[in-house]
Amino acid sequence: MSRFSPANLRLAQEIIRRYPVAKSATIPLCHLAQEQDGYLADDSMAQIAELVGCSSAEVLGTASFYEMFKMHSVGKFCLGVCTNISCQLLGGEELLEHAEQTLGIRPGGTTADGLFTLEDVECIAACTEAPAVQVNYRYFHRLTPQDLDQLIEELRSGALDDVVPAHGTLGKVRQDLGEDRIANITPPEDQIEPVWLRRHRELAEAAAAADAGTPSTAGTNS
Amino acid sequence: MSEKPRKIEITDPVTITVDGREVTAQNGELLIDACERNDAYIPRFCYHPRMNPVGMCRMCLVEVDTGRGPALQPSCMIPVAAEMVVDTKNEQVSKAQDGILEFLLANHPLDCPVCDKGGECPLQDQTMAYGPGESRWVEEKRHYEKPIAISETVYLDRERCILCDRCTRFAKDVAGDPLIHFIDRGSNTEIATFPDEPFCSYFSGNTVQICPVGALTAKPYRFRARPWDLEEVESTCTGCSVGCRITVQSSRNQVLRFQGVDSDPVNWSWLCDKGRFGFEAINSEERLAEPLMLSSDGTLSPARWAEALNAAADAIRAADPTSVAVIGGAQLTNESQYAWAKFAKGIIGTDHVDAQLGDGLAAEVVLGLPGATIDQVCAPGSTVLYMGPDPKEELSVLYIRLKHAAQEDGVQIIELSPAASGLSPYASSSLHYRPADLPKLVEALLAGELPDQGLPGIDAAEFTKASQALLAAEQNLHVVIGRANLAESADCVAVAASAVHQAIPEATFLSALRRANLRGALEAGLTPGMLPGRSSLAEHGQAWKELWGSVPSTAGMDTTQILQAAAASKVDVLILLGADPLADFADRSLARRGVAGARTVISLDRFLTASTRQADIVFPIAGFAECEGTHTNLEGRVTRLNQKVTPPGTARTDWMIAAELAALLGKDLGVERDAHELWDEFMAHSAVHAGVSSAALDHPDAADGLLLDLGPRPFVTPVAPHVAPQSSYSLRLIVNRTLYDQGTEIHHCDSSSGLAPAASVRLSPADAAPLGAEDGTPVTVSSPHGSITAALVVDSGVPKGSAVLRHNLEGADPGLLIDSADVVCEIRVEVS
Ligand code: SF4
Ligand code: SF4
Ligand code: FES
Ligand code: FES
Repeated sequence: MSRFSPANLRLAQEIIRRYPVAKSATIPLCHLAQEQDGYLADDSMAQIAELVGCSSAEVLGTASFYEMFKMHSVGKFCLGVCTNISCQLLGGEELLEHAEQTLGIRPGGTTADGLFTLEDVECIAACTEAPAVQVNYRYFHRLTPQDLDQLIEELRSGALDDVVPAHGTLGKVRQDLGEDRIANITPPEDQIEPVWLRRHRELAEAAAAADAGTPSTAGTNS
Repeated sequence: MSEKPRKIEITDPVTITVDGREVTAQNGELLIDACERNDAYIPRFCYHPRMNPVGMCRMCLVEVDTGRGPALQPSCMIPVAAEMVVDTKNEQVSKAQDGILEFLLANHPLDCPVCDKGGECPLQDQTMAYGPGESRWVEEKRHYEKPIAISETVYLDRERCILCDRCTRFAKDVAGDPLIHFIDRGSNTEIATFPDEPFCSYFSGNTVQICPVGALTAKPYRFRARPWDLEEVESTCTGCSVGCRITVQSSRNQVLRFQGVDSDPVNWSWLCDKGRFGFEAINSEERLAEPLMLSSDGTLSPARWAEALNAAADAIRAADPTSVAVIGGAQLTNESQYAWAKFAKGIIGTDHVDAQLGDGLAAEVVLGLPGATIDQVCAPGSTVLYMGPDPKEELSVLYIRLKHAAQEDGVQIIELSPAASGLSPYASSSLHYRPADLPKLVEALLAGELPDQGLPGIDAAEFTKASQALLAAEQNLHVVIGRANLAESADCVAVAASAVHQAIPEATFLSALRRANLRGALEAGLTPGMLPGRSSLAEHGQAWKELWGSVPSTAGMDTTQILQAAAASKVDVLILLGADPLADFADRSLARRGVAGARTVISLDRFLTASTRQADIVFPIAGFAECEGTHTNLEGRVTRLNQKVTPPGTARTDWMIAAELAALLGKDLGVERDAHELWDEFMAHSAVHAGVSSAALDHPDAADGLLLDLGPRPFVTPVAPHVAPQSSYSLRLIVNRTLYDQGTEIHHCDSSSGLAPAASVRLSPADAAPLGAEDGTPVTVSSPHGSITAALVVDSGVPKGSAVLRHNLEGADPGLLIDSADVVCEIRVEVS
């Protein structure tokens, strides 16, 4: 059973050597396989089992626990629209329906050109930026249906290839955080106002302004 | 639940309070066991006394106070500590049990009326005893396709599964075949196999027995009976010589199921599938139900008992006693074995009697070496020198015990085998010797150094490790001996065993010979030169002569010699006691010539086998579950075999046939009513059987059977066989067995008969490379005696210089390559 390319097979063996127990490399190797193929093929799981010395059923059991390992072939872009409570309140379901129409597929489906897989996902922890969408786990916030169409267009054209690599691609470098965003080095008075606080203030200001008869400057999505 | 709590010895007592009573428990044991032993049974689903706890189901919640106030805790995960106060029945506990059951039933299909488990289902029983009675769940339940086959014999109904992790834990931890696993997460969790990799485990049937719901069912039993219709007796599996305890369950005079019984010294409730589903052979349509005789047109035709018995008696009467030979008897009860030993040796007067078919070990080695029990071999602190067959294939539940000993109890296993086996992954060292090199290897291990030129295939570092472990073991050394290679002389392992015995006299030995009651047959004297009770003909002949009236004057021939004599037309009557030399004797040509050369062949069998078809007179016999008697397992443990159903047609028990023939010869076998009389006579005259009386066997304390005296008997050290130097044949042949083969028993079990693998020629990658052939390519194996063709399998478990063929598989018969006169079988492999 061989599914890994020769280069990836070498890499796999190197990864296994990093662990005192070969079986510990199961998840890293699942990632490697998903990076190679965009999903975790049965052949890959069988090969991983052989490499780490366990049964294929054990690899399947481990991998299937995790939502982010796909056991079936998916599109280059996995587009997940959140329909959990915050996003639902702010139009997530309508956004999903719009995505279905634009892409011509139901959640779980993949477009014929193999570019997009649509998913109806639970809270992706971006509730303050609802309705939120992930493409290959990169976030897109507060999308209107038009924003979504544009996003799809840009993804399709390749304009976002640098921002959104193909499904399965692993981040290979440490995330580069700006100095100002590293926790606890900024004195409180200099800290950037948290988004939710800013939004809370903006809404309060808008309400006050409405009361005063002045047009609001705070943007809302509704 | 049917599982019994494990028996333990309290060595570190602590006092705890259970439901207001002060009781004594073993410090550190699981609370669930301590409570059960003290009459406070705690309901449970996932906990099994023979597996490590996981705390999966939460049914065993009890209130435990360790000084910090009472709190609900899963009792299967809590080790007992001094002064614990436990409440197993209060309101909190009942509420918890009630809640857990409501959760478990939320998704349960409640299809008990069509479920095999209904009536013996822990979920059903505990819901009645502890459950809410009504569910508040009104939503749609989960739905899955019902049921799906996860192997040839096991079906899974995922809707009924309560995710207790018993089957998966069993597969991984007990059997070592992790082919089933939980997949997915949360309410989507289910048991699954990998696509196209079914749950092909030799032990899969155990998961059906331990599943606490009807999620796993076995094809041979599905919809065959309801538990309340079943009648049962306890007995011992005779599928191999391990002697697992079972219950034989039947309905309307038909055996429908075997279930494992937890026998502490033997099988711990586990069975292999060959044994568990072996009941199918009992009900086979092809069972012989009436005597057969060769008619004038050359076919076997039905005959009356009187006719067949008279013909057999006439043939025996007409023959000179020394031209009568008996092969087989390893499947008989102890009583029938004794009856046949007495009939052959005392009445006919022949010592040409051998229960083994050249595939065992000399009786004096098996009976002469100091004996070890399975428990001694597997006890913590033991070192095991394993020189037997692949236990996973031949003595499956012994493999489970050895695996457990190695993995859980730190037992060191030093495996010496011609090729990698199912035990190899668990052995602390595994040395694979070239066939016939075992005596040299053992000598070197005992000496602590390899010969200067080394030994083929033996790695120096592994050797040193094994040798040090062996020499450090002293009185903790237990040696398992048997036939790992049927194409190699039995003397090799006998020489090796006796070398260990001489170097380390404290070492004890377990003979891993496969046939069910072979140990019993040897103890009963169904072997040349011996009489019952390990007495030798030469030394103790006189004592037995007084009882029997006569005994043969000189030691007789073994199976190989009998067949040689028969081939030379020197055997007038050949009696086959359930033996099939045409399939089982390693040298095929000699078997054919021998069976054909005997003037009259009398066969006692349950089925028409290759050899039975060549017989002149065939007696149908009552088999397992059809007769009463006792059985001796490989350790020398005697247990009761009980009858549950009647034999087909007019089939009779083997001893009855011996008694009838004796009467026709004008002699009295000394049995009037039943097999007990035979046992009592045997017992009374055998020192090793002292204490193993019928009454003692029926005593409740003897539920696990009674051991014979395992003390050593003097025996003559065998001489190392001389191996001619390597000829132009480049490889040595290894013939070993697989659990499923074309054997008669398996062949008549509907659900197992298709499981035998196809024949193959297994070569190491190093030997396969020069052939330029890949897996599946037909290759021809030639020896000086013949050649056969089968598909190549490249197997890294085969050492360079050897080739492995399996015994008795469809498609290629290694028996055609073997000459029983050779010490090893030299071969050559070419692409066909
Ligand atoms: S199939 Fe049976 S044994 Fe296996 S997890 Fe489900 S309920 Fe437990
Ligand atoms: S190991 Fe032997 S005795 Fe035990 S169940 Fe299997 S065949 Fe029967
Ligand atoms: S609800 Fe959509 S991100 Fe949390
Ligand atoms: S029996 Fe204790 S949690 Fe299942």
